[in-house]
Amino acid sequence: MAEENAIDDPMPTAPERFVLDASGLSLGAAGVVVALTEPVGEEPSPLRAFWSAFSENRGAVLGLAVVVFIALLALFAPWVAPHSPIEQFRQSVLLPPVWAGGNWTFPFGTDAVGRDVLSRLIYGARISLGIGLSVMVVSVALGIVLGLAAAFMRGIVEVVVMRVMDMVVAIPSLVLAILIVAVLGPSLSNTIIAVTVVYLPRYVRLVRAAALAELTKEYVIAAQVAGVGRLRLMFVTVLPNCLAPLIVQAALGISDAILEAAALGFLGLGAQPPTPEWGAMLADAREFIRSAPWIVTLPGLAILVTVVAINLMGDGLRDALDPKLRRS
Amino acid sequence: MLNLILRRVALTVPTFVALMFVTFVAVRLVPGDPIEARTGERGIAPERLAQLRHELGLDQPVWRQFLDYIYGLLHGDFGVSIVTKTPVLHEFLILFPATLELAFCALVFAVVLGVPAGVLAAVKRGSVLDHSVMTVALAGYSMPIFWWGLLLIMFMSEYLGLTPVSGRMDLINYYFEPVTGFMLIDSLLSGQEGAFGAAAAHLVLPSIVLGTIPLAVIARMTRSSMLEVLGEDYVRTARAKGLSPLRVVGLHTLRNALIPVVTVVGLQTGTLLAGAVLTETIFAWPGVGKWLIESISRRDYPALQGGIMLISAIVILVNLIVDMLYVAINPRIRHG
Repeated sequence: MAEENAIDDPMPTAPERFVLDASGLSLGAAGVVVALTEPVGEEPSPLRAFWSAFSENRGAVLGLAVVVFIALLALFAPWVAPHSPIEQFRQSVLLPPVWAGGNWTFPFGTDAVGRDVLSRLIYGARISLGIGLSVMVVSVALGIVLGLAAAFMRGIVEVVVMRVMDMVVAIPSLVLAILIVAVLGPSLSNTIIAVTVVYLPRYVRLVRAAALAELTKEYVIAAQVAGVGRLRLMFVTVLPNCLAPLIVQAALGISDAILEAAALGFLGLGAQPPTPEWGAMLADAREFIRSAPWIVTLPGLAILVTVVAINLMGDGLRDALDPKLRRS
Repeated sequence: MLNLILRRVALTVPTFVALMFVTFVAVRLVPGDPIEARTGERGIAPERLAQLRHELGLDQPVWRQFLDYIYGLLHGDFGVSIVTKTPVLHEFLILFPATLELAFCALVFAVVLGVPAGVLAAVKRGSVLDHSVMTVALAGYSMPIFWWGLLLIMFMSEYLGLTPVSGRMDLINYYFEPVTGFMLIDSLLSGQEGAFGAAAAHLVLPSIVLGTIPLAVIARMTRSSMLEVLGEDYVRTARAKGLSPLRVVGLHTLRNALIPVVTVVGLQTGTLLAGAVLTETIFAWPGVGKWLIESISRRDYPALQGGIMLISAIVILVNLIVDMLYVAINPRIRHG
């Protein structure tokens, strides 16, 4: 259906379409894709069309709700958290959570040095989501620049960029991240750098492939004939039409980045104590498997719930934005 | 066909060169001087320093050092560990069977559960079973495996007392010289009663932990591949001519649906080796993953450099083999 319409589409509407996309960015692109799959009639607004496609998927809506909830917790951590994440209550060391005989002062119990587990988890959401978002923003930005450069300049630029990406992919992700952190030194910011490098190839390859596919289309040729400059052609004409798969990848990339950063934290190569990072909290908790299971269970559960929610949301985004990739 | 293989092999050469370049540069960027790392903080006489620098080739221009490094790698010289003073390749080869054994068992676990689960989910599409398989797969895919490992230890080992907590073998009750390096085989060869069982018991939890993500990926891939093939005309024909559902699914559909699955299984090598770092750390499994992490904390950079080089080389080679296998089992590409 979509393809038929695309073929029937008279040429002159194409430039209109990318103008619309450029203003509405992601949602514009979504609107067009969705609008094309619907019977011709009055065209719903891009945002509404996107939402109606997205909300069809109940899992995705649930995922979105959980992500919003965690994001709000992270945003308002200082007001929501009952205690400071690093204050040590030395009288209440290894206190069990409230459902296992603890008290309401420390609802999720305390850890080995008497820090409130709930407060650490809430502040940890800041760190994990922060890492996920930073990695996503940097790698999308770099991915767009490198991917478009490879697609438009071809020749030596393309060869160098794509070979470097091949090499990054060849090294197992966590091993490469470990190498980078070993060189730069363990810290939160170096975790972000390492995870960004590891996930960059996905974005570069995606943008390049999408741009190459767009480059053969008539509206691009039309724009070239009309004398549009190269930069404008790259970022204004072609890029908006490559956004749909990029947004999907970016959403799923956040969850991968969170997992990877937590793994580094667990190995002692990420956030350093007393930072309440979920992976590092698990590493601290290892010796208390027998005596204090809650400090092992809760941080991992926080990671799992966050990552599942983001993945559910990402799957929904893919179905709504990129019907070609829809899993049957 | 030969052309295709040669082209594919040739494509890995620049990747290898770039990989050598990166490991070379990375180790030179590491803070601290390699000589200082060996001599400690007391300092040494300038003549001795110059002599050591000369011995290590550090007085050569950087491009010369890089060429020497490549020359060494091509001759199997992956450097010498600062801590143990033994060649890195030698250490790696001693530890690698442990990792290989673990990775193999994890992959078997993932395939044996993942493929049937994916097939059932596809055949019973939309059913409760399908939804459960997909939910479990989503959870498996999103699982922080280091936490999963701790949970399993907590429940299976500490609470139920079913499996050992760590290590490869119960060394108090059994001792035998390594022959192959694979504990399952060595324990059988030793002829000691119960040794094989002990070795297998040690493998259960680490294999489950390491196999969880591949399991999820394989189940999802099998399901979507099955669904695609189930919609093909020839499957409808097979059904229409009255073949039993078992025959249609098992013989006609599965054979073609498994082609992409084989590729996915092969491409899990990277995931397995990366996951081995975490799994081995949790279970104190004496393999290359744990060794890699320990070499960081010991600041043993030659070991780190050589280890990463070797692990990446394995991943590149396995991916290459998987590619060829894909060509071999998929006639559409071979003749296309």
